[in-house]
Amino acid sequence: MKKSIAAAGNYGPKVRSDCEISLEITSDGGVRIDLTSKVQVLYGESIKSLVTEVLDFFGIKNAIVTIKDSGALPFVLAARLESAVKQLISTDLEYLPELLKENSYSTTRDRFRFSRLYLPGNSPGLMINAGLHSADGIILDLEDSVAPEKKDEARILVRNALRRIDFCGAERMVRINQGERGLSDLHFVIPHNVNLVLVPKCESEDYIRQVDNEISEIKKKFNLNNPVFLMPIIESALGIEHSFEIACACDNVVAIAIGLEDYTTDLGVTRTIEGTESFYARTRLVVAARAAGIQPIDSVFSDVADMGALKQNVMNSKSLGFEGMGCIHPRQIPVIRQGFSPDETEIAKSKKIVQAFETAKLKGLGVVALGSKMIDPPVVARAQKIIDLAIRLNLLSGDWISEVQS
Amino acid sequence: MPIKTVINAAGRSVPLEINGKPAIPFKGVGKHKPEGRKYSPPIPTCSDFPDDGNKVVSSLEEALRKCGLSDGMTISTHHHLRDGDLISNKVFELASEMGVKDLVWFPSASFPCNDPVIKYLDDGTINRIEGSMNGPLGRYVSEGKMKGTAVLRSHGGRVQAIQDGEVRIDIAVLAAPTSDSYGNAKGTGGTSACGVLGYAKADYIYASKVIVVTDNLVDLPCFPMEIEGNYVDYVVVVDKIGLPEKIVSGTTQITRSPDRLLIAELTASFLEKSGILKDGVTMQAGAGGTSLAIAVFVHQILKNKGWKSKFGFGGSTKYMVKMLEEGQMGYILDAQVFDLDAVKSVENNPNHIPYSVFNAYNYHSKGNLTSMMDIMILGATEVDLNFNGNVVTHSDGYLLHGIGGWQNCLHARNVILPIPLFRDRIPVIVDEVTTLCGPGELIDVIITERGIAINPLRKDLIESVKSSGLPLLTLKELKDKAEEICGIPQKPQFEEEIVAVVKWVDGTVIDVVRKIKTG
Repeated sequence: MKKSIAAAGNYGPKVRSDCEISLEITSDGGVRIDLTSKVQVLYGESIKSLVTEVLDFFGIKNAIVTIKDSGALPFVLAARLESAVKQLISTDLEYLPELLKENSYSTTRDRFRFSRLYLPGNSPGLMINAGLHSADGIILDLEDSVAPEKKDEARILVRNALRRIDFCGAERMVRINQGERGLSDLHFVIPHNVNLVLVPKCESEDYIRQVDNEISEIKKKFNLNNPVFLMPIIESALGIEHSFEIACACDNVVAIAIGLEDYTTDLGVTRTIEGTESFYARTRLVVAARAAGIQPIDSVFSDVADMGALKQNVMNSKSLGFEGMGCIHPRQIPVIRQGFSPDETEIAKSKKIVQAFETAKLKGLGVVALGSKMIDPPVVARAQKIIDLAIRLNLLSGDWISEVQS
Repeated sequence: MPIKTVINAAGRSVPLEINGKPAIPFKGVGKHKPEGRKYSPPIPTCSDFPDDGNKVVSSLEEALRKCGLSDGMTISTHHHLRDGDLISNKVFELASEMGVKDLVWFPSASFPCNDPVIKYLDDGTINRIEGSMNGPLGRYVSEGKMKGTAVLRSHGGRVQAIQDGEVRIDIAVLAAPTSDSYGNAKGTGGTSACGVLGYAKADYIYASKVIVVTDNLVDLPCFPMEIEGNYVDYVVVVDKIGLPEKIVSGTTQITRSPDRLLIAELTASFLEKSGILKDGVTMQAGAGGTSLAIAVFVHQILKNKGWKSKFGFGGSTKYMVKMLEEGQMGYILDAQVFDLDAVKSVENNPNHIPYSVFNAYNYHSKGNLTSMMDIMILGATEVDLNFNGNVVTHSDGYLLHGIGGWQNCLHARNVILPIPLFRDRIPVIVDEVTTLCGPGELIDVIITERGIAINPLRKDLIESVKSSGLPLLTLKELKDKAEEICGIPQKPQFEEEIVAVVKWVDGTVIDVVRKIKTG
């Protein structure tokens, strides 16, 4: 039997931009709303009309709704209320806020993934401005940053966030849970234009294929065309041993990441800044990724106050062959981006290659040569990518080629 | 009978009379020029004072009695002890015990520690506050519970009101971290050091009676004499004038909020790309977390370029002190001190100079410092589509802050407001400010995390950054962005009753605050 009173959301002295909603479905008396809000004067009426609209959508005519609000945006209020409703009644209906038109883009498999910012999936306050910090990817996390009893409400919040938060061009990522719950998480997020799914604590290629198949089914059902890429995260010794198979599990795997907190725990060692204890795992992962033709991505660096150590970590990571790492604080993004972005030598070399290619094209030559060395097309493509990135990062003028030629 | 109102030059309906005295409506920036002579206090005679110069009396109560404390008087205090002030409340506690009624409290600012005066507003000891109101005190006034009408003035406006006689201080009760028995006093030394006493200057020169209250009595001469003993009637020695940990923050901290840091970074970048930041620049920034972060980013730019700021105007903090000490700033001119590093600096560094509001902010001075500043970083609770700013009320209509030096600072060459586009769903850019504190013609740039809006009047600035790659938008576009995210807010509802008036820097009335409609 279902409960008669349900609650969802968060409220407290340190909670901002969220609310706690408790809902009791009654048999008569209409909808009664008891609202305490720091924005009561400005949004009291709009909150009440939203509540009425959502309840109406779920066919609830009589209820007592108690809201304690610290400035939750409408998509958060709606998510909290829907979570409470779904604890009381069984329904497949979803109250979907309008999808921002800015959020309908797709991404490509070889785009840069230097920095990806983790956001706890049940903390709306951190989501609202996340897009402004220029991360390559933003991850709405349903896994470890969400308390077990909050997992269900986080899915609905993340779903609404995918529709309403402006990601400002960052790759739209979700980290699902492990196992069966992870597969069912997909149903909440895939229809809302997720670009990439992170699969945590991955140990087998089978699971990656299951995830990929589940996504295909959902895409088919909703008639979705944008690609949904996968980034398995390896966080155990067994995962490391299977890393190449996992990297090759299916076409949609575009990157493979390592999670060092869990990996070092699995090994029974302490994680250090130098990272000697994980050296083998990291190089093994880089090799597996390269062999599979995908991007190797490093673990997060957890001391958010120490930018110097972060920078050192990034340099180290880049020298091992990684192409990006996770962030748990927006201030880490510029340090990581700068660390992984091409330095002057790389840019100079790429300019020469691209220039040689352009010259060869002009002359109608089929083969590109730089000095006495022949250059393969992927090398040109790679150089062009570095040039594009340098331009995107303002390290190079968009018109550099004519500047060089003149 | 309702008070007659008129529409002022800013289009706001304002009263022609406040607390029974005539009031002048705002006429426009720099338009009001009073004639006549400055107000002067009664002439004292030195033979009325002890030959040995010892003006110490046994208690504050005795001093108040000797000053002739009586109904309807105006009592002034300064706010250099900030949230650690133990003296202001004590004055009204004593007045209440003495059965005195209808006093006017005229502080240079109030803090949460002053909330207990609500008791003395309730029991009739105080008729009204003419100064800043925030927190519970702001709520109290907004709900129409204060007997008289509050008058909100800027720091400079407060000096103007004293000098042109609009406010006549009967007794100034001035807490001093160090004093001698003659009343020479300063802001440093002892256990309650607050750095400087600049805001007390107008009070001790113009008040009819002056009481210095100290917890650190030293032998004459107390030096340097920020308060000169020849103006002082009585000296009172108490155990403690303030709570040291609340007088100055042990340490001020730049914001940790990534969003605020983003705004600070964008501001520094704007200053650099617009050319406002240059060798020899003069600047002022507050002690808020975002302002401090801007100071840090600006310091870095100065360092990288090998530039030096000619001088900075305090409120000083350790971040400004660092610029001074590392050679990126020539002098700090200082009206108030926010943290311990700054207290230490003003005490020991000859290039860190106490500076009074007379020289900086005052309308009746022959020029003032703010108009010489290149960079002025300020905040606001609201900005409207005409760049008008509000700092005293919240969008919900409640009084929230004092004006501080905000209005005075608007006269700087480049007034820049780095503010978040919305705070916990409350949009900062509105159609029309709830309360007008500063005319839009004086506000140049609004910098939010989602874009920068430049006042169309500043064609030069628009030109200077047009190809900088900075995210330039109009205020309307910024407002639309905020409303798309937050929704369109309702307006707060007010009664007719005026609970506070907002003065412009020249003493004219720029706007009023009306009673909140409750229930």
